[in-house]
Amino acid sequence: MYEELKAIVGEENVSKEPEELYIYSSDPGTMPPVKPDYVVMPKTTEEVQKIVLLANKHKVPVVPMGGALSLSGLVRPLKGGIVVDMKRMDRIIEVNERARYAVIEAGVSEGKLKAYLDKRYPSLRISTPDAPPIASVTANALIHGSGRLSQIYGFHSEMVNGMEVVLPTGEVCRVGSCSVSPYWFSRSPLPDLAGLFIGWFGRTGIVTKLGIKLFPKHRYRDVMIFVTENPSYVSDVIWRVAHTEMAEDITVWAQPKPEWAEGFQHTTIYVTADSEEELEFKEKIIRNALMDYIKQKEGGFLYLTPGMKAMFLQEPMSQLVRFADVRKGGGFEYVGAILPVDLFDVAYQKGLEIVERLGVDWAFSIRIIGRSHCMMFAYAYPFNRADEEDVERARKALHETNKAVLEMGGIPWKAEVPAQQLILESMDEGARRLIKRVIEMLDPNGIMNPGNWEVE
Amino acid sequence: MMEKVNYAEIVHRCFRCGYCKFPSDYSEINCPSYAKYRFETYFSGGRMWLIRAWMNEELEWSEHLGEIMYSCSTCRNCVEHCVFKFNEQLVDVFIAARSDMVERGQVPKKVGEFFSNLAKFGNPWGYAARRLEWVGRDYANNEFLLHAGCVAAYDDRAKRSLKALLELLDAAGVDYGVFSDEICEGNEAMVMGEFGLFEQLMEQNRRRFEERGVKKVLTPDPHAFNAFKNYYGMDAVHHTQLLWNLVKSSELKVGRVEGRLTYHDPCFLGRWNGVYKEPRKLLSRIGSLYEMPRNRKNAFCCGGGSGNFYTDYLGGRDSPARMRVREAAETAEILVTSCPVCLMMLDNAVSDEGLELDVRDISEVVLEALKS
Amino acid sequence: MELRFDPDRCIACDSYACLVKCQYLNYDFESAREERIKIAKGEYSRVLEECKTCYACEEYCPYDNHPFYRIVELQEQYGINLAPKPISKQLVKMYAAKEKDLAAIREVGSKALSLCLFPDLKDNVKSKLFEGLPVIMGRQVFCNLVYLHFANMSVIKERARQTIENIRKYGVDELVCFHDECYGFFNSYARAYGIDVPFKTVHLYEYLYNWLKENEDRIRKLNVKVAYQRNCSNRLSPETDRMLDKVFELIGVERAEREYDRENGICCGAVFQMWGEYELAEEVQKKNVEDMVKSGARFAVFNCPMCYVALAERTAKAGLMPILVSDLCRLAVGEMPKIPGRG
Ligand SMILES: Cc1cc2nc3c(=O)[nH]c(=O)nc-3n(C[C@H](O)[C@H](O)[C@H](O)COP(=O)(O)OP(=O)(O)OC[C@H]3O[C@@H](n4cnc5c(N)ncnc54)[C@H](O)[C@@H]3O)c2cc1C
Ligand code: SF4
Ligand code: SF4
Ligand code: SF4
Ligand code: SF4
Repeated sequence: MYEELKAIVGEENVSKEPEELYIYSSDPGTMPPVKPDYVVMPKTTEEVQKIVLLANKHKVPVVPMGGALSLSGLVRPLKGGIVVDMKRMDRIIEVNERARYAVIEAGVSEGKLKAYLDKRYPSLRISTPDAPPIASVTANALIHGSGRLSQIYGFHSEMVNGMEVVLPTGEVCRVGSCSVSPYWFSRSPLPDLAGLFIGWFGRTGIVTKLGIKLFPKHRYRDVMIFVTENPSYVSDVIWRVAHTEMAEDITVWAQPKPEWAEGFQHTTIYVTADSEEELEFKEKIIRNALMDYIKQKEGGFLYLTPGMKAMFLQEPMSQLVRFADVRKGGGFEYVGAILPVDLFDVAYQKGLEIVERLGVDWAFSIRIIGRSHCMMFAYAYPFNRADEEDVERARKALHETNKAVLEMGGIPWKAEVPAQQLILESMDEGARRLIKRVIEMLDPNGIMNPGNWEVE
Repeated sequence: MMEKVNYAEIVHRCFRCGYCKFPSDYSEINCPSYAKYRFETYFSGGRMWLIRAWMNEELEWSEHLGEIMYSCSTCRNCVEHCVFKFNEQLVDVFIAARSDMVERGQVPKKVGEFFSNLAKFGNPWGYAARRLEWVGRDYANNEFLLHAGCVAAYDDRAKRSLKALLELLDAAGVDYGVFSDEICEGNEAMVMGEFGLFEQLMEQNRRRFEERGVKKVLTPDPHAFNAFKNYYGMDAVHHTQLLWNLVKSSELKVGRVEGRLTYHDPCFLGRWNGVYKEPRKLLSRIGSLYEMPRNRKNAFCCGGGSGNFYTDYLGGRDSPARMRVREAAETAEILVTSCPVCLMMLDNAVSDEGLELDVRDISEVVLEALKS
Repeated sequence: MELRFDPDRCIACDSYACLVKCQYLNYDFESAREERIKIAKGEYSRVLEECKTCYACEEYCPYDNHPFYRIVELQEQYGINLAPKPISKQLVKMYAAKEKDLAAIREVGSKALSLCLFPDLKDNVKSKLFEGLPVIMGRQVFCNLVYLHFANMSVIKERARQTIENIRKYGVDELVCFHDECYGFFNSYARAYGIDVPFKTVHLYEYLYNWLKENEDRIRKLNVKVAYQRNCSNRLSPETDRMLDKVFELIGVERAEREYDRENGICCGAVFQMWGEYELAEEVQKKNVEDMVKSGARFAVFNCPMCYVALAERTAKAGLMPILVSDLCRLAVGEMPKIPGRG
């Protein structure tokens, strides 16, 4: 097989050396490593297709990988096989300025697309997630990621206009407007086949090209942080701010370190505008929306120095990864619970209960999605990877949190395999059977990232 | 001498987040070895994790592991862009791990050759000694000892740039001399983890400096500059610094040169020693300088550092040098650098790419400006 | 630790200057007297809620009877929240000295410059003006007077002795205070509460004056007109305002006569923003900057880094050049200061 892979991608783009197998057996999260047999790095859709056909021939699993930054171990080859590192497919194929979309290859990183737009299309932007910049735009959209524009436009999966996919059986197919037209403007008005590939963790095919929506980028961007000391206020604070439609992005963070932050909730509100007057106007409206809290002295805006502002305005916020250094051990992972905003207080209290009981370090980081349609409530736990007990503690906290989230009516996002099983257990029986049928239909040989969304 | 870091306390702190792959704006891959190989093993984070696995005996040493370790050109892009607090120590970690590997005799073949030639002949290729005899100006209590470094001493292209420098020094009446039997100062041995060899070379050089009363070293080689300044603890001057002083004070009266110039920052001058200003001031004085998208702290390494100019782990079609000259060709007509290694790497890359780009050392450009 | 305040002085006062002169409370003599007597007796007064904490009455009182400190004590006693509670509480936590701050204390020699809590200024004091003067800064040397704006006298008291002790541990006999507030703490505040300060403190203006005087030959007169933003904490050492005039004279700077300077100085507005009083902040900033512009000045000059942050952008947009006093002096000796906080 090695020879056949070499023939497809060239010798320098395939490896079965212990070093590569070691690195590609895990991501930075807590899930235990699983070694692949091969790692390949295709450059074109044809190469991907050939790899998939080869995998079918040998009945060997194929696992697509972007930045490997989901942290939930989603790119580990659970049943061995070939890890397909997509990052050599990094061409930005087209930007349609007027229709505000880009067509990119699946390995294009968030960083690269952002830099490209900043330079060539300064009035367009993507909804940047705060993931490290090597994360791929495609994987991020496929796993229902969210980012800096999600408060106004929803999950990144909703920003997908179309895609080119190599099916588990090796056929190449296009979904969205690009299946009919040369333009990648939307998924409507066709049967929405994109849903066959979004949220499946590579179980239903390898996306090779993606059409993604771009949005207006404004000249001014500012940040305000509203501080409260009572988590039961927060969902109302969010509701009020979202109601003004003046905020581009709303996040909340709460954490015990640094000490001054402990016990407070920080609702971080980003405002953009094309003129200073517009910015001032928007900020004033937002402040007024929260004036009741201010007058009652129950909440107020943190005074931000230019240095603090610069940190909060950075995209992605690079300081976030430093959370992995809290226990001086290069690791953290989080449960990203998708929940109705109304459950903020419940979710917060539950989280505190878990971290106190298990004695783990923590941070809660919440992103509002849609006009408070829901939120991604991240329960993040750092760990020291050199200390197996510490890793185990984090693992346990994650697992308990996953369970608690389902109990309160939420759903863990980008769930680890055990959490996928928890979700499936809670799932409507009809939906479960449908998942199974879709997989069996698309992937008769069971070669695409098997082990994920496995319905018994 | 550099202290060997205790990397056992650091390697597990790497999150493998990949910030270190990029320049500040994330536009391109900026780790030269990752840019060429694209396996996750070949960037700073991959190396941190591999060193840990090797240290914990989860992975055995292999020729391939050796190649991964030595394909790092110690360009310090990762040091610049890793967002963690241990960022300053990243390259020190790689050097220390290499040194432990060397101590166990775990070196890939080409690296082994490099070391043994250096030990036997005082240069990586095993060429003849008395390498600067042709200069005909033996050091005799001059203000500066001019140290060429191995590449400028032997590589034909780099040698031409050294000649240009000599001409400039003469024109300005700088008081300098060379050791016609100059030997390597050992910077590469040091960063490649052969500490014993480095110390031996440093010993030899120091003895000669003492015997012949050398106080100040002038060098066109940033690698040598780094060793003299930071490991020998000597008064060292890089030729960009001296030339700028000479031009600023009108001791060299220069005109202007034609064509769009761009400047490639050598890693050992820029990121290692923070010299960014002088070459730019020089070039702006004598011509029109245009910056490549990746410059200064974000400069993209030519792929020659840490012995790679010899071992060639970063060669081939996707070599960093070839990527770099493509970037330069989009910016300018003349690619200027100030390091013999960069000059050799980039000049070869231009031929391989078949580009119409002129690659020059800064002394060659200044010389032209002097004559114009 | 008790405030040296004599209620009888107020009861017998002839001027009630503290409230009559107040820029924010428009009381006539009669109501000023009434309210002040309540305050003297420790009773509730509307002043406690209306006071904008501008420190000015500390300067206005001709009897040094500490009207403002008294107000803050009562504000706290009556549980008045000037700012939203989370903001006040967070601020208290933010600036408490931590283990690692205390661990940073080292012997630095007999003289040092305190940069208070303004690390952004460390490049601005890399100057020949401060040559040979080791810099100390951080929470361990922080005077904590900022809590005067947050009705929280007890935290200042609680930390006062420790701060002084920390500075003593640096081994200094003489401390140059960059920030007026620190100087105010070691002098006005310490005196008001009978706290012993075992080292000498020098106000920045005095230090600058002495340095410039000794180096007069190095000065190139700037010959510009400036609008000065007198900050709240300068009210605690009014004599230093005269020293500033002498500094300006040495470097050839004309201090524009304008409405909101000297005894009539007004707040920069930062505190009002923290309180959530945005309209008030807007009003004072607007009239202050308009007044600066009207004065025909070219520079807007600040000593307090907080005032600088609050007003720099606004003054720049109005066509003035915002700058710190020390940086203005640096200009006069041929240095090019960098913009604070931006390297
Ligand atoms: C500090 C930090 C902050 C983060 N912040 C955010 C955030 O703000 N928003 C957010 O959304 N996420 C965030 N994340 C999570 C995660 O990093 C991102 O979602 C990231 O974009 C995932 O992309 P990736 O390329 O790393 O995916 P990978 O982990 O490589 O892949 C994810 C899944 O997609 C599948 N896949 C990959 N490529 C393809 C393909 N071409 N076709 C089919 N399937 C494919 C994989 O098999 C896997 O199941 C954060 C992570 C970290 C570490
Ligand atoms: S070296 Fe630093 S930036 Fe690079 S992967 Fe490790 S932690 Fe991230
Ligand atoms: S020093 Fe340069 S080559 Fe080595 S890992 Fe860092 S960025 Fe890559
Ligand atoms: S504080 Fe001073 S001015 Fe005010 S009433 Fe008392 S004595 Fe008079
Ligand atoms: S502190 Fe200022 S606002 Fe308050 S009473 Fe005194 S002068 Fe008036």
